Amino acid sequence: MASKSKADPNKKPKGRGFFGSIGKFFSDFVKRFADGSIGTKLSHFIFGAGNFYHKQYVKGALFLLLQIAILAFMILCPTINGTPYGYKALANLTLKNVTEGGQFDPVSGKFAEFSSNCQLMVLFGFVTIAVIIIYFIIWNKNIESSYKADMDRKVGKKPSTIGEDVKTLFDQKFHITMLTPTCIAALVFTVLPTVFMIALAFTSYNDPDMNAAGTKLFGWNGIENFKSVFTGEGSLGVEIKNRFLPVLGWTFIWAIFATLTCYFGGIILALLINKKGLKGKKIFRTIFILTIAVPQFISLLAVRNLLGEYGPINSLLQNLGWIKEPIGFLGQNPGDSEVLAKIMVIIVNMWVGIPYTMLMTSGILMNIPTDLYEAARVDGASTTKMFFKITLPYVVFITTPYLISSFVGNLNSFNTIFLLTGGSPTYPGYAAGGTDLLVTWLYKVTIEQGAYNTGAVIGIFTFLITATITLVTYRRSKAYNEEDTFQ
Amino acid sequence: MSNNLRPMKIKSQSRNRRVSLGVTYTILIVLSIIWLVPLIWIVLSAFRCEYHADGTFIGRVTSNFFPKQFGLKNFTDLFTANYCGVPNAFPRWMLNTLIVAAADCVISTFLVLSVAYCMSKLKFKLRKPFMNVAMIIGLFPSFMSMIAIYFLLKSIGLSGNTENPALSLVGLIFAYSAGAGLGFQVAKGFFDVIPNALVESAKLDGCTNFKIFRKIILPLAKPIIIYQALMSFTGPWMDFIFARVIIGAKNPEYWTVSVGLYSLLFGSSFSDANLFTQFAAGCVIVAIPIVTLFMFLQKYYVEGVTAGAVKG
Repeated sequence: MASKSKADPNKKPKGRGFFGSIGKFFSDFVKRFADGSIGTKLSHFIFGAGNFYHKQYVKGALFLLLQIAILAFMILCPTINGTPYGYKALANLTLKNVTEGGQFDPVSGKFAEFSSNCQLMVLFGFVTIAVIIIYFIIWNKNIESSYKADMDRKVGKKPSTIGEDVKTLFDQKFHITMLTPTCIAALVFTVLPTVFMIALAFTSYNDPDMNAAGTKLFGWNGIENFKSVFTGEGSLGVEIKNRFLPVLGWTFIWAIFATLTCYFGGIILALLINKKGLKGKKIFRTIFILTIAVPQFISLLAVRNLLGEYGPINSLLQNLGWIKEPIGFLGQNPGDSEVLAKIMVIIVNMWVGIPYTMLMTSGILMNIPTDLYEAARVDGASTTKMFFKITLPYVVFITTPYLISSFVGNLNSFNTIFLLTGGSPTYPGYAAGGTDLLVTWLYKVTIEQGAYNTGAVIGIFTFLITATITLVTYRRSKAYNEEDTFQ
Repeated sequence: MSNNLRPMKIKSQSRNRRVSLGVTYTILIVLSIIWLVPLIWIVLSAFRCEYHADGTFIGRVTSNFFPKQFGLKNFTDLFTANYCGVPNAFPRWMLNTLIVAAADCVISTFLVLSVAYCMSKLKFKLRKPFMNVAMIIGLFPSFMSMIAIYFLLKSIGLSGNTENPALSLVGLIFAYSAGAGLGFQVAKGFFDVIPNALVESAKLDGCTNFKIFRKIILPLAKPIIIYQALMSFTGPWMDFIFARVIIGAKNPEYWTVSVGLYSLLFGSSFSDANLFTQFAAGCVIVAIPIVTLFMFLQKYYVEGVTAGAVKG
């Protein structure tokens, strides 16, 4: 602990560290069991017993019902699509006996319902683990509630009634009421799927493999998938080995260029529009905002067709006699240039992204203290000099968080690439094309090819990259360190 | 001497100024044209009504920017045509999207506001950990968990349900709005600006936290409510990846409008069967309400975006 606090002097010293709180948690348990009334002691085994003891019947019944429901879930193992929950799901999670899920159908050459069952085994295993964790949380809450009633009794207060408990949910414990819907929804639809996919990265689950061989079984295979990024062996095949570094490199190049071009382009555009004495500011602004307002799948598909082989731009260039054959701007055909496609997506992205920065910086530009400019003018500074010495530093200083978040956003900018080029030009035999980013590659590999383990590996790498960048910059940012000053 | 110099200096300054203004106008007009060309082209294509010599309609992308003939055929076709075996597909897709968007709008806005309020104005033990966890989860690419969400929804019958495929729309609503609460940062930034003194004094007057939220915070939060509602309402009109995965290629009846329009374009490339002009007509119809909404609520959008970006 000492070394940690040395490394981070900004951190306020806390009364007790992580291990301290764990220690307190357990000592609380012992204390409650020893001190508590007979009801509290019973609560350790039967949920709500302490509440019944203190005549808090509704609360007691609620705890008891929850316990019965969860135990029934664990023991009776309800099944969905032939895949069980409960203790059987925990056994399934070892993935040692997955052949019983389905049979290989020689006619279609596919596993009938097999693949989805292995998926569900992992998924339901994690659901069951989540349920067990919830069980222990409720267990703890139930003892806590009983013990609190004991203490109330001791000092001569009456244990709280259900009505009072509900009231506190709208006052002192209002955050519980407000956060419960989000926590449940996020747990089910965000946390659980993420955990599930992370787990798949450590399995051999791969649609093409499973369908082709018929003997390959689904199972855990440790970090083999991560190794195969470098070796090209194992169930991921050569795809990830040969395409990982090119795609990663391009993702970074793309993110850097896309961020910088849109950022500075946006600032310049904002300066132009906000120029003193310019009329029709509103009209210009509206024109540029129009591209934000129009759904991206419309505007980007329009650009894609505009630049297409038979589109107006190619035919215009041909009519002018500048080119003979149509240019594959977006690399749609196999022989098309990859570099050109890459340059084009960055240029088209400027068309998409500049208005956002313009919108953002307009307000900031108007708030630059005018006396700065007055002083500079008196000193005889030129307009260019004022831009580089006053405007730019000021705007960059204020919008640094935006710069970072837009860089991270660009690393994951799915729409632009997917709608414009779809990753083209393609590499025969590989899913990842010349302009594919990590995210579009991830999409292709999982959704189109069903190679879930490859996709999960790519996803984890993407996460590691974005997380590193975000955490490093975010922890240094004012917004994080001085959060309280805003309040 | 100095009296003579002054007017000259002002004169040259004002001329310089006029020149630079002129340059600015030129640049801005050129840029405006560049920015508008693709959008104008879509609108023009929507009204294009050209025929081959043998009388068949040209629906694909053509090399001419300006149509040779105008007409409303694309729109009438769009509303009456049978796409992917679904009669009156386009109006159906519009209705599906409207339902999903409205439900998503209500649920997401509620979740975001409730979380943002807790994080900004209530003090409790797990506040910082919750914020950190929300941020870390947000860093995983959403496409990674998409397939898992699909399996999850499928296992409870809300996706790929052969008996009742309409339920996949419900699944889609869940998929869109369930994670919304974790994206509370912009709204929290907004709530942070509301002075704490206001909350404290209400507390002294005996207000419960619920009452403070309802009577003080919500009325002040109108801009951010509108921003969140706008974002979550327009989301389903623009997204087509989630919609495609969760509703599935086999249920064209329950597609949202973007999935449907995408299918018109790539059903068959660059042949006469390609329905580019009808796609364009559909785009115009989808874009008009969204752009109008956006333009009316622009002020709130700018407020939301700048609040999120500058504070970070």
